Amino acid sequence: MTRPYRFIGKATPRKDALEIVTGKAEFIADIKLPQMLFAKVLRSPLPHANIKNIDSSKVKRLDGVRAVLTYQDVPEWRGGMPAHVRILDRKVRFVGDAVALVAAEAEEIALEALDGIEVEYEPLPAVYDVEEAMKPDAPQLYTQFPGNVLPNRCPGFGPKSLEEIAMGDVEQGFKEADIIAEGTYAYENIPNPLTAEPPGAIAVWEGPDHLTVWSSAQNPYWEGVLLYLRMGRKVHVRYRGTHCGGSYGTRLMSWQLILYAALLAQTAKRPVKICYSREEHFAAYGLRLGSRIHGKVGMKKDGTVTAVSGEWLINTGFYSQITQGQLAVGCGEVQLAVRCPNWDLKPKIVCTNRAASGIVRGFGGQELKSAFLPLLTEAMGKADLDPLDFFKKNYVKPGDGYYWRDGNWWVCRGVDYTKAMEKGAEAFRWKEKWRGWLKPTRVDGTKRTGVGVGVHGNADVGEDVSEAYVRLDPNGTATIYSCLSEHGTGQRSNLCKMVAEILQLPLESISMTPPDSLLNPYEIGPFGSRGTYAIGGAIIAAAEEAMKKLFERCAPMLNANPEDLETEDGWVYRRERPEARISWRAGMGVDRTLLGYGRFEPDFTVPNFMMLFVEVEVDVETGKVELVRVVSATDVGQIIDPPSLKNQLHGSLGSAGVDSALFEESILDKKSGRLLNINLVDYKWRTSLELPAFRTVTLETPFPTHRFRAIGVGEIATAPGPPAILMAVSNAIGRRVYEYPVTPEKILSALGKTKRGGV
Amino acid sequence: MKTRKIANRKSKKLGAIDRPSLGLTSLHLHQPSKAARNHEKHMIHLMVNGQLYQLEIGNKCGNVGPSETLAYTLRETLGLTGTKIGCDRGACGACTVLMDGKAILSCMVLTIETDGRSITTVEGLRDPTTGRLDPLQQAFIDHAAFQCGFCTPGILMSAKALLTENFSPTEQEVKEALSGNYCRCISHYHVLDAVMAMTRQRGSEK
Repeated sequence: MTRPYRFIGKATPRKDALEIVTGKAEFIADIKLPQMLFAKVLRSPLPHANIKNIDSSKVKRLDGVRAVLTYQDVPEWRGGMPAHVRILDRKVRFVGDAVALVAAEAEEIALEALDGIEVEYEPLPAVYDVEEAMKPDAPQLYTQFPGNVLPNRCPGFGPKSLEEIAMGDVEQGFKEADIIAEGTYAYENIPNPLTAEPPGAIAVWEGPDHLTVWSSAQNPYWEGVLLYLRMGRKVHVRYRGTHCGGSYGTRLMSWQLILYAALLAQTAKRPVKICYSREEHFAAYGLRLGSRIHGKVGMKKDGTVTAVSGEWLINTGFYSQITQGQLAVGCGEVQLAVRCPNWDLKPKIVCTNRAASGIVRGFGGQELKSAFLPLLTEAMGKADLDPLDFFKKNYVKPGDGYYWRDGNWWVCRGVDYTKAMEKGAEAFRWKEKWRGWLKPTRVDGTKRTGVGVGVHGNADVGEDVSEAYVRLDPNGTATIYSCLSEHGTGQRSNLCKMVAEILQLPLESISMTPPDSLLNPYEIGPFGSRGTYAIGGAIIAAAEEAMKKLFERCAPMLNANPEDLETEDGWVYRRERPEARISWRAGMGVDRTLLGYGRFEPDFTVPNFMMLFVEVEVDVETGKVELVRVVSATDVGQIIDPPSLKNQLHGSLGSAGVDSALFEESILDKKSGRLLNINLVDYKWRTSLELPAFRTVTLETPFPTHRFRAIGVGEIATAPGPPAILMAVSNAIGRRVYEYPVTPEKILSALGKTKRGGV
Repeated sequence: MKTRKIANRKSKKLGAIDRPSLGLTSLHLHQPSKAARNHEKHMIHLMVNGQLYQLEIGNKCGNVGPSETLAYTLRETLGLTGTKIGCDRGACGACTVLMDGKAILSCMVLTIETDGRSITTVEGLRDPTTGRLDPLQQAFIDHAAFQCGFCTPGILMSAKALLTENFSPTEQEVKEALSGNYCRCISHYHVLDAVMAMTRQRGSEK
């Protein structure tokens, strides 16, 4: 294309900007239906117990109470992988597990009613640590999973889904190594992504086997399919997405609360709304996976990795929604960062008596790498290798292969990211700041500065199938049919830009259907950075097909072949004779619309890339760590919308990202099984007062795989962060720090200034 | 065995919030003042976005309950759902509105305490006659100062209060004013750009 882009690469206001700044954007809590009831959940105070008796008879008679449900009243609806979690069970498995559901005329009445439900528990011993949970005498969460170990297979990823990394000959690999590093490393502070909007849903039965739900997942079509499966393939679900007040992946974990509302609505024969309180959001929704690795790495002095072996223990909390999928993707992603011919990495998924871990930005890869990279840096340290040089040498390049989530071997046909690493390093002044392992960049009184770097990428940008329609109307407008809610990335607007660019229509002339599974074709959703390539791919194909149909209709009127035609601002003309033009209306007639269909087929050959350079300042007197500077480096082929991209890159700090190494953690009391910091005061979060200097370096090396030469990176922004922070802090204080997050207590302990324990 | 409720609206205490280290310097909490009087007359008068509302206090349908928060009344009784409830405990700033020009957390103020007060919500930022956006709203659009947008109304109101009090705040003052607003997407950088652009614009108009 010789013509410069009109919209792609230019900053254009978000299509929903006006709604957002005027308060009109509709989130789940804002929706009211006539006759709507409000639901509340009675939650377990014990981490593990059988329900001996439950009596809700008093509550059922209360004024304003319309439905009360316990495990005795609910159908065999199950979720989890494999399906192992009943919607309400006779057994509770964590503090906060659902025991009973109430729907009432007002939220206060429902809350009051919870107090009247009498429950007699038979307490059971509880277990929180992955290795404790695997011991023979450990409490068993599910009879079907002895040792609390779940199967590794993810059926959704096909018959060979990746369950481990096994290739080459590790014994031989270790023999060839100059350096061996070995040990146990963990990322187990289970931070909470905690979207600004607490989760919620509304359920209405349209008929005995037709359910309509409103909820805020970013992928309404696919969530509707999953609900259908969880309800035993008997109920057809229309899923209507709302504005999504943040997801970071977690919004895909709302099936339980949606089904609570559905069950209550079925009983009460009225619409039911459920909105989690912030405490429920903290304590009973979705945390990051716990990740621990007993590993061994063999490396040559030049940074060639000769072997990796070990056991990766994944703490999934009380159940797995799709932890097997995260295991598979994590195993894929670690190979993108570390080129090595000999692997023997054996993952295990373990259930424990705490709230569930699940889908979060970084999807298994952040969790694996945050434990594995500290081990790898141990080897780099022994070899005295600059980590930047190591990553430049080892990050996947075109022609390199890897096993991806489906268990197949894929060969990279993306771009070489070395230049992006170099540009990032230049912007950060890495060469100047890197003084060697465990060496501070600067010492100023009690303040020590250190630098670190981390890398991440996935080949999920082309995962799964997307479908879309694009409809052309004679008035010179186009409508995109694609089932995704706006969850903050600006994806809906960016897809409109792609269609505007293809059809050469003003952005105002492009609209998109509401995120409603009844209106739209199949779409698995925007995650894994797949919005640009996969969803974009389907929409681009649909727009091109619609345009082709338009040209076929107009060609005879312009005495031309369809391929000689172009369109701009609702006019069609021959490329050589732009002055002789006809309007879309003239070409189509007033009583016709044209529909294009597009489909994207999975493609795991184009990994994306993100590198984060961080500079921290540590006060060795107080132990306080401050993040002072961040440079992110990536290559996106072609920027679609500069400000939305920057926003997503800045997001690497929050949503259980970089800050999960600095101060974010869910503190579990192992005596009671309770999470202790389930409010926004005790759970630490980054405020506007603590913003590091943040620079984004974004290259645009064209990708051959996309109409606009682009690739997505949003999802991976957080993942390189945590190990980079550990590296920077270790360098600042001259001692290895292994444990997340790097609280003052841990720093002082590493410096030998306090004794650990007794807290 | 009885189960403790995780959340209990009734236990809310007016103005009593514990916010260590969150730097909520620009938010002013309304002190309890007229509750007793309001109970006597069973009616409160409240100006919201320039419109006067007369609300009856009581427990009947459509009344303002004595334990009802301003955030609840705005959203559920007046239908002004632009004000968001993020934590209902005064810790996230999503429910920030202006009361007599000052930023307050509407989840920490009882509606019966607002008799005679003037409230501005995000819906009231636009010019009521022309419909023109407040320059601050326009700046947020121009600088893409939001991602998911859930915290945006609260941030807009905190920033509005600051710009009303302080003609030309420094970047540090803006950061302090917004430090009580939880934004998980980390749109802070663009928010700062937007607010500082407003300040620069004012400076050049001076």
